[in-house]
Amino acid sequence: MADCFGRSVGLPTMSKSTSPEVLFHRLEPLLAQVSKPIQYVGGEQNSVVKRWEDVTVRWCLMYPDAYEVGQPNQGVAILYEILNERDWILAERTYAVWPDLQKLMRAEGIGQFTLDAHRPVKAFDLLGVSFSTELGYTNMLAALDLAGIAIHSAARTADDPVVVIGGHAAFNPEPVADFVDVVVLGDGEEATLLISDIVREWKDQEQPGGREGVLERLASTGAFYVPRFHDVSYHADGRIEAVTPNRPGVPARVRKHTLMNLDAWPYPQRPLVPMAETVHERYSVEIFRGCTRGCRFCQAGMITRPVRERSIETIGTMVAQGLASSGLEEVGLLSLSSADHSEIGPITKQLADRYEGSNVSLSLPSTRVDAFNIELANELSRNGRRSGLTFAPEGGSERMRKVINKMVSEDDLIQTVATAFGNGWRQVKLYFMCGLPTETDDDVLAIADMAKRVIDTGRKAAGTKDIRCTVSIGGFVPKPHTPFQWAGQASAEVIDARLAKLREAIRSDRRYARSIGMRYHDGEPGVIEGLLSRGDRRVGAVIEAVWRDGGGFDGWSEHFSFERWERCAEQALEGSGVDLDWYTTRERDRDEVLPWDHLDAGLDREWLWDDWQDALEGMEVDDCRWTPCYDCGVCPQMDTAIEIGPTGRQLLPLSVASSPLVADSRS
Amino acid sequence: MQRVRVQYAKRGAARFTSSRDVSRALERSLRRASVPMAYSSGFSPHPRISYANSSPTSAATEAEFLELGLSAQCDLDKLAAALDGALPKGLDVVAVAASDSRSWGELLQASTWLIDLGAVDGDQLSTAVEAFLRADQSIVRRMTKSGVREFDARAATHRLRHPAGDDEGSIEVVLAHTTPLVRPEDVVAALRELQPDLNTGKPALTTRLNQGVWTDGVMVNPLTNQPWP
Repeated sequence: MADCFGRSVGLPTMSKSTSPEVLFHRLEPLLAQVSKPIQYVGGEQNSVVKRWEDVTVRWCLMYPDAYEVGQPNQGVAILYEILNERDWILAERTYAVWPDLQKLMRAEGIGQFTLDAHRPVKAFDLLGVSFSTELGYTNMLAALDLAGIAIHSAARTADDPVVVIGGHAAFNPEPVADFVDVVVLGDGEEATLLISDIVREWKDQEQPGGREGVLERLASTGAFYVPRFHDVSYHADGRIEAVTPNRPGVPARVRKHTLMNLDAWPYPQRPLVPMAETVHERYSVEIFRGCTRGCRFCQAGMITRPVRERSIETIGTMVAQGLASSGLEEVGLLSLSSADHSEIGPITKQLADRYEGSNVSLSLPSTRVDAFNIELANELSRNGRRSGLTFAPEGGSERMRKVINKMVSEDDLIQTVATAFGNGWRQVKLYFMCGLPTETDDDVLAIADMAKRVIDTGRKAAGTKDIRCTVSIGGFVPKPHTPFQWAGQASAEVIDARLAKLREAIRSDRRYARSIGMRYHDGEPGVIEGLLSRGDRRVGAVIEAVWRDGGGFDGWSEHFSFERWERCAEQALEGSGVDLDWYTTRERDRDEVLPWDHLDAGLDREWLWDDWQDALEGMEVDDCRWTPCYDCGVCPQMDTAIEIGPTGRQLLPLSVASSPLVADSRS
Repeated sequence: MQRVRVQYAKRGAARFTSSRDVSRALERSLRRASVPMAYSSGFSPHPRISYANSSPTSAATEAEFLELGLSAQCDLDKLAAALDGALPKGLDVVAVAASDSRSWGELLQASTWLIDLGAVDGDQLSTAVEAFLRADQSIVRRMTKSGVREFDARAATHRLRHPAGDDEGSIEVVLAHTTPLVRPEDVVAALRELQPDLNTGKPALTTRLNQGVWTDGVMVNPLTNQPWP
């Protein structure tokens, strides 16, 4: 049997150990009838197809959104390479299928397929789903069902893959507990290899205990969470009473995985290069992982501690290899706050030196106002592009920023903006949140004042009126494992009313109205994100009801339906004593058992609570990279430590060979 | 600046690429293959590539053309091999030649298309083809960006053969590059209108076999100036 490009991929049979049917020839006639068919074709540069029979453990990795969003995901890219490097493992990828093709596939009896060899997802040993956001939950159900896999973990048989989830949203997997078999907390590099080892051993021993057997082996490590092995009991008022293991050998708490020494794990090295258009068309290098700035709203900063930097040399090697193997021209230096790398100056300058005269461009997607400096900005814009700068003060008033511990003063921001406008920039984008704990109308209206000051300062510094400030505002959603996990979420009505007042404040002042743009979303989607973020197992019924009602692609405003979620929540939660408001706008008290309390991100619960109390009083906390440890608990609990430079090392210039294609001038 | 013309093919699953997909893949492949491209000047420099009329998404093709502007004189055989090696699977370099002064418009005036109509009755198709060829005109309507437009599929047809090879369900048609452009699917629509049983409910599979200048019943290859085989 050959795949769509004529590569041999083994013969079709029904059993799991021998090669499954290749679906492309059945899929192909359908592709000419759907929108953007290239997204289902695969065969991208650097993709890997292995013979089914040559390996013991087979992973299907899924990003539960459309290809154009999922393909650039770093997590999937890293795991795809690491798993495929082992000769006894194969890893292929699958993405959410749009309704037009889903419908044709169901009519033709074709199941969810992988892009790499167009194999049926059901044939794999493991289906790993990466959740950056909770809004992919309905897409996971759609994919499971389209694959012919039972959506409920309890109903699956030996013929079904083990469904593993990871990613930031998996730090509270309770809303999808009924649909998944295994949950991984934290970094996936070593975790997926450990799962692979355990599965291989279990298969080599003729699969003792069947499906339960392998799940028990995984759970017994304390490093993997099998929701089915834990029972949840509730108080009469709806709060959780306890979460307890329901069989021997299953630890009560499950710990997160932390990858140390990022230099030993320089992935992705050979990034997949899509033919289809995607949301990020660049080679991204994670320059460090983790963040200890301590912004209280930021789940990523809490659950990825401690900070672990990649060295300048590894970054340089990764960039050179990544560009050579992909042919991309844009490099993103990724992290949660890229300007905080201890050697960010040398890294950007030396990379800019290396690629001077080429069309390679560098970008720092996340930069803090206080870590930004104009030399850095100049290095990043050597090729002359000074289109826009983006900062995220997050809170409009000084008081608000103290509550959320985003320690950026307005004067710092104005100073930075003045320098930038004086150096040729003409546009600044500012990100804020609305609906933060203790927030009042005045805190949000302060955003307008700040934007006006930016314009005033910018006009003076630039000597022209032709400058712009765009204010972009998102509704705040409290997240698990953060100090705000106890907070009541602002209702959609409160958020919409505050944004309306802010819009009016900006519009009404004719001196600024045309220079300040405002971008925001309605408050309603945030309510559902809140339900899914801090929900418990009872929310699973809501997700299932929404999917059965036709819901999916919830991250897309044209597909998301608040009305459907609200209606399904009302129906699915009827008689449980809890409702949408109970999950979202209700403030939790100190002793309430939270759905994720048995999942250990390393953070000390007492410290989180104290930090929540400090927030309410507007007390700030410093970054432990530069001030003494404040006992958040992660390093001792996880036996980890901060890994930062500076190393003082340098990048060597790349030898630039002339093209081997150039004709010999002597001939 | 050296200018070279490239004939490339879209085969297998690569036929599902759009012209934008191809240009993205090509630019990256040129960099991987270390082709010394000339760049446009200005705020956002782009490699100098000019694409001749691209075939539609989901059509396979053996004869697409583009022109590259190079910043250094290259060995054309090495260039062809390196670019072919760097392109994604299904996008293949067929031939490379130095450019001359003629424009794409002069060189590419008609295309030969192979059209597979699927599981249809050969006799019915044959009857429809004969009726189509007898007619003076054959107006079909198609939705375009500017609304529903009418096209005369017959007027653009230089030649229509059935069957194409041994396949009773396939036809081969030579279409002039008219303005507005009549597409192979317009011929299919015309045939299906003449004989509704030909409508399988699925789009026909089309492949561009060659393109060039159509003179005296022969298609001339723009790179070799010889008739296509």
